[in-house]
Amino acid sequence: MVVTCSPHIRDNASTQSIMRDVLIALVPALIASVWVFGFSALLRVIVCVIFAVGSEYLFEKACGRPITISDYSAAVTGVLLAYNLPPELPLWMAAFGSIVAIVAVKQLFGGIGHNFANPAITARIVLLISFAGPMTTWVIPDTVSGATPLGLIAAGELEKLPPVTSMFLGTIGGCLGETSALALLLGFAYLLYRKVITWHIPVFFVGTVFVLTALAGYNPVYQVLAGGLLLGAIFMATDYSTSPLTVKGQIIYAIGCGFITFMIRIFGNYPEGVSFSILLMNIIAPHITNLTLNKPLGGVSK
Amino acid sequence: MSKLSTITNGFIKENPVFVLVLGTCPTLATSTSAVNSIGMGLAATFVLICSNFVISCLRKSIPDKVRIPCYIVVIAGFVSVVQLVVKAYAPDLDKALGIYLPLIVVNCIILGRAEMFAAKNGPLDSALDGLGMGIGFTIALLMMSFFREIPGAGSFFGFELIPENFRISIMTMAPGGFFVFGCMIALVNKITKGKAIKKKEFGCKPLGEEDAEAAKGGC
Repeated sequence: MVVTCSPHIRDNASTQSIMRDVLIALVPALIASVWVFGFSALLRVIVCVIFAVGSEYLFEKACGRPITISDYSAAVTGVLLAYNLPPELPLWMAAFGSIVAIVAVKQLFGGIGHNFANPAITARIVLLISFAGPMTTWVIPDTVSGATPLGLIAAGELEKLPPVTSMFLGTIGGCLGETSALALLLGFAYLLYRKVITWHIPVFFVGTVFVLTALAGYNPVYQVLAGGLLLGAIFMATDYSTSPLTVKGQIIYAIGCGFITFMIRIFGNYPEGVSFSILLMNIIAPHITNLTLNKPLGGVSK
Repeated sequence: MSKLSTITNGFIKENPVFVLVLGTCPTLATSTSAVNSIGMGLAATFVLICSNFVISCLRKSIPDKVRIPCYIVVIAGFVSVVQLVVKAYAPDLDKALGIYLPLIVVNCIILGRAEMFAAKNGPLDSALDGLGMGIGFTIALLMMSFFREIPGAGSFFGFELIPENFRISIMTMAPGGFFVFGCMIALVNKITKGKAIKKKEFGCKPLGEEDAEAAKGGC
C-alpha cells in the first residue's frame, strides 16, 4: 500500500481475493493448533467463524445495508479471534467475542474499511478484561504446569522454560493459533508471495521487540517466539484499514507497536502486550498516515 | 410554556445526559450500580432545584461579568448541605459515590441550567426546570446502570440475577460505560428522530454565521 503519484498500476485484486489469500495463509496455523491442542481448537475456530459471519449477515440485514459476507472478511475476523483465545475457553465466550468484533467494532463504525481498530484484537481485549480468569487459563501439552513461556519469564522461573525447538514448532502453552512460529512464518511467506502485505510492518514490529528485549537483558529469541507476537505482527497489525498507508508511516507504526509490546511485557502487569500495542497504534494510524504523506512534486505545503 | 412541560422537557426531549450531553463524567462514573445511580440522581436533583430557585431569585442583582463565580458559590453551598446530610445518614452511599458527591459543584448540568434557564426565567419555573432536569438525570443514570449492573455485576439493586461465571465485567468498567452511553444516545436520537439535537439553543453560539468558529473549538 504505497501511495505514489500516477500512473497507477491496476490489477485484479479485490477484497474477496485478498481475504481468500489471508484465509489460505492462516491454514498452517490451524493445522498446527489442531495438532497441538486437538479437536477443541477446531471447534473454537468453527464457532467463531459461524458467529462472526452470522452476526455480520444479521446486522447488515437489519440495517438494510448490502450484505458483505461473501468477501470473507468476517470469516477472517472469526479465525483471527479464535487464534487469540485459549484452547479451553467456554464456547459462549468465543461466540460473544465474535459478536463484539463484528457488531461493536466493525459494523457500528460503518462496516469493512471504516473500522478504526482491528475487530479481532479489540474483541480479544474485551474478552480479556471481561473474563480475566478463563482468558488466562492455559492448557499445556504434555505437562501439568499451567503457565505460558511469557508467564514463566514474568515469574522469573526461567529454568522451567520449554526448549527453543518446541517453541518454534508450537508444542507450548498459549492461545490457539499463536504457539507455532513455523506455521505462522509459512503463512507470512505465502502472503508475501501473493503480495497481500509488504514485509515492513511484521519485520519492524518483531525487530523492535527483538532489539529492545536484547538490550534489556532478556533472551530475545524467546521473546519473539513466545506469546502472540508473530501472529499479531503478521496477521493483525497489517490490517489495511487500521494501519498507515505510507511505507514511512508503516515503519513508524510497527516500531511503535514493538515499543509498546516491550514496555507492557517488561514493565506492565500483563505478561503479554501485543494486542494492547496494536490497538493503541491502530488509534493513531490515521494521524501517522497524514503526517507522512508524500508532498506532490511542485506542490506547496499547507 | 406550561408548567408541566417545563418539568417533562427534561425527561426525554431535553434529557440533560442523552440530549444535552452534560454531566457525562458523573454519569459514567456512578452508573455502575442502580443504588449509586439513585443516590447520585437524588443528590443532584436536590441541588438543581435549590440552586435554580436561588439563582433565579438573584438573577437581577448578580452582575453579568461575575455571574459564573456567583452561581458556583450558590451551587457549592447546596452541595455542602447534601454532602453533610449524606455523610450523616447514608455513610455507605457516601463511600460509594466518593469524590463524585462533592464534585456535583462542577457538574455541568447544574451550571448549565443556571446559565440557560434560571438566569432568564422566574423562580417557580426555574425550580420546576430543576426538578425536571434532575428527574431526567436520575432516569438516565438508572437506565445506564440497568445495562451495566446486570451484565457486569450480575445484579440489580443488589439482587443477584446472573451467576458469577456468566458476568461480563467490562460493562461496569469505563469502556462498558462509554459503550452503553453511546448506544443510549443513539436510541434517544432514534426516538426523537434527531429533532432534539438540532435545536440551536443548546449550542454555545447560534448556528449559522458562527458555525466556523464553533467547529474550531471556539466555544
